[in-house]
Amino acid sequence: MELFRIKRDIPFMKHALVFNAISFLTFAAAVFFLITRGLHFSIEFTGGAVVEVEYSHPAEILKTREHIESLGFGEVQVQNFGTSRDVLIRLPLRGDIKQDVLVDRVFGELCKVEGGSISQRQGVTEQGETVSKQICAKADGAEPVKLSRSEVVGPSVGAELAADAAKALAVTVVGIMIYLAFRFEWKFALAGIIANLHDVVIILGFFAFFQWEFSLPVLAAVLAVLGYSVNESVVIFDRVREAFRKYRKLTTHEVIDHAITSTMSRTIITHGCTQLMVLSMLIFGGQTLHYFAVALTIGILFGIYSSVFVAAAIAMWLGVKREDLVKVPLNKEDPDDPNAGALV
Amino acid sequence: MNRYPLWKYALLLVALLIGLVYTLPNLFGEAPAVQVSSAKVTVKVDAALSSRIEQALKDAGIQPDFVQLEGNSVRARFTDPDVQIKAKDAISKALNADPAEPTYIVALNLVSRSPKWLASLHAFPMYLGLDLRGGVHFLMQVDMKAALTKKAEALTGDLRTLLRDKGIRHAGISRDGNSVIVNFREAELRDKAAVLLREQLADVEWTPLGAGSELQLSGALKPKAMVAVQEAALRQNITTLHNRVNELAVSEPVIQQQGLDRVVVQLPGVQDTAKAKDIIGRTATLELRMVDDSTEAQAAAVGSAPVPFGTERFTERGGAPLIVKRQVVLTGDNLSDAQPGFDEHQQPAVHLTVDAKGARIIKDVSRENIGKRMAIILFEKGKGEVLTAPSIRGELGNRFQISGAMTTQEAADTALLLRAGSLAAPMTIIEERTIGPSLGKENIDKGIHSVIWGFAAVALFMCLYYMLFGVFSTLALGFNLLLLVAVLSMLQATLSLPGIAAIALVLGMAIDSNVLINERVREELRGGASPQVAINAGYERAFATILDSNVTTLIAGIALLAFGSGPVKGFAVVHCLGILTSMFSSVMFSRALVNLWYGGKKKLKSVSIGQVWKPAAEPGTTDAPQA
Repeated sequence: MELFRIKRDIPFMKHALVFNAISFLTFAAAVFFLITRGLHFSIEFTGGAVVEVEYSHPAEILKTREHIESLGFGEVQVQNFGTSRDVLIRLPLRGDIKQDVLVDRVFGELCKVEGGSISQRQGVTEQGETVSKQICAKADGAEPVKLSRSEVVGPSVGAELAADAAKALAVTVVGIMIYLAFRFEWKFALAGIIANLHDVVIILGFFAFFQWEFSLPVLAAVLAVLGYSVNESVVIFDRVREAFRKYRKLTTHEVIDHAITSTMSRTIITHGCTQLMVLSMLIFGGQTLHYFAVALTIGILFGIYSSVFVAAAIAMWLGVKREDLVKVPLNKEDPDDPNAGALV
Repeated sequence: MNRYPLWKYALLLVALLIGLVYTLPNLFGEAPAVQVSSAKVTVKVDAALSSRIEQALKDAGIQPDFVQLEGNSVRARFTDPDVQIKAKDAISKALNADPAEPTYIVALNLVSRSPKWLASLHAFPMYLGLDLRGGVHFLMQVDMKAALTKKAEALTGDLRTLLRDKGIRHAGISRDGNSVIVNFREAELRDKAAVLLREQLADVEWTPLGAGSELQLSGALKPKAMVAVQEAALRQNITTLHNRVNELAVSEPVIQQQGLDRVVVQLPGVQDTAKAKDIIGRTATLELRMVDDSTEAQAAAVGSAPVPFGTERFTERGGAPLIVKRQVVLTGDNLSDAQPGFDEHQQPAVHLTVDAKGARIIKDVSRENIGKRMAIILFEKGKGEVLTAPSIRGELGNRFQISGAMTTQEAADTALLLRAGSLAAPMTIIEERTIGPSLGKENIDKGIHSVIWGFAAVALFMCLYYMLFGVFSTLALGFNLLLLVAVLSMLQATLSLPGIAAIALVLGMAIDSNVLINERVREELRGGASPQVAINAGYERAFATILDSNVTTLIAGIALLAFGSGPVKGFAVVHCLGILTSMFSSVMFSRALVNLWYGGKKKLKSVSIGQVWKPAAEPGTTDAPQA
């Protein structure tokens, strides 16, 4: 099977300006949505409430989820915690509702579903302290659901996470730039990293626009894309260097076109394969991996695009020359030359 | 040219075998078990305990699959959970005479069903994270009263030094609950002291009390300072818990403050609650105190006189009682490192390094007390034991050692506990839960399905597109998966759902190397190279690109590893390892297969790499008009 029959080099760079304008617009749009809408952070970042209830009978998770969702608190997670009768409900922090009120409302709803009503009951603990607690009781005195714990996750942990993410991002960017500058040339390093950040910002832009939940796995996906998308640029840069060596007559323009064209089939097949994997995650991975896979999908698609139209184009605008990449060996052929090796 | 030397095949074969052996335990699943471990550093878990457990089970009429000693614990495996619970009760009853103060921790656990010969090769299955299999959840209560008492105790010491330095005579310092009381004979001295103390110890509220010649200054911590002490204690406890949990090698622990005096600890993938509880629950702190060798003290030691004022009675390791001054010279807080090692007589010892403040104290105290004995006391669960009480032979610096009646294992354990740091205040576990595995089961199935279907789709495409070379690539990809799982199992990494996602992603990315190679080979063929040359050039030329692109990916992976936490870290570990294994498998392994297949053929006419379409024009001649 053969998918690509490219007869001659496609003049990508001829249209570079147009595509750069398009990518700049998408980038600007992403930044715009990031600023105006912001990211919808998960409770790992923002903090949130966790309500734990204990049913007197095995809980129906799906039913419970439906009822709590009907309260309109946004993204709720309902899961078993420990036994089949313990249910853990996670709710995001809401600035407009006080945390304890939120817990009360959730518990009230669950109680109503079970046909009970909320009342206060005074009790004495084993240590002899008098405590007042909220209980849900039916007419016959039975307690169908008990509030065993409610907890608030403070936002301070989230601040720490955000700081760590920023650090990881910075280290990756600097690390990749140093490597590219060392292995190729600073122009490529700069072009590669701009293309890379372009992808990251666009992923974030999608998450901001659709208000998808930005959780820790999504963060991991975004940073993985950072490493992944630069691959693409590296493969093309590699070809650029090779083409400079091989085809001495071609202009920079043509060399870049040739590099992109000759790696085209590899690019599509590689990304296709990775996308197959990610697609499989999207289909079979369930809710937890959903946004992770979505972030990767966007990253893969924009990774191809950005390495062609952003990385290569920027490298071209920065004025990459044959001399930048092909070091002319000096006097290597003549070992008897007294000046051999005496480079200043 | 396409031939590998024998050693390369041997190397690959060994890698394949190792991969198989270490991947295998993951396929067996797990059986219910009971695990017994020591509740104290001083209680040893050995073969004798193993036979005691066997006996206890036999007495209760329970038949275990096996009882085996494994590291620091004994595990007994059973056929079903009902037997497991019965066995736990039976063992607990037999081993712990006093349930309030258990000598051994008996806990429910899961043990791999893999056969013994695999375990003897140290081939164990991977740990699965909280999201995949549940885990343990602890809620711990910090004893804030103890933190305040400790602070007051420290204050008493500071006060003594301060008043001595300024030459203010006092008639004794004592601690009453959380307040410190200084006695004076003259009002003048008291006033002088009050001025000094208010200035120097601003955190303390000083109130003059008493009249006549019985004058006192009573100091109590200001409410604000009290809150600060409690917050600091909680913070230190959390840090210490972090250190201890790290010793458990859990990759995604959650340790968070809850409320004012509680700490939540979640250990995903740890069914080994016994070990977790053991390490987390230990409150080992070290204190250095002077031994009281006066005649009254010696009399008190043998029990013929009361313990003198300001001293305490401890038992030395080995059994002899010892009278030790209450005043603490140095605590574990000043410890910067503890390492197990040997002393000059080749006896096991713990080498300690203290910080600058500690070094100064140690230097002063040792200089002033040459010839006297200093006791090194290890506190565990509120009970102290003198590890050793050597005579001070000369001035000590910031590095010194504890040796004495210790085995190598005890030295290592003590060092570990001391290194892990001390708790500012004791903690008790007030809630303990195991997170149900039902959700985890669902997640694990989903994760595995995504890997399998993704793999199948990629494999199918590769085989169709690249024919035989695609088959080689698929085999290399399979080899990569095998190696990755084997390495993760070897490292006993905790696999979480993001970890599985990373496996899938790594497989998707690993195929990149093979695509690069195959495309290169096709390109060489297109350029008119002979099959053997094309294969060789394809592998050689693609390698530089593969290296470059993987290094950049690795940089991102390492950054994630360094700064990520929780699921991000789990993802990063798999991601980084996967890149390394994929480089090995896609370059070495697939080449080996190709060489094996084509290398020996002298007159190779064609290779099965799918269709190679030759364009009429040479590449690069864009300006030449084409039909």
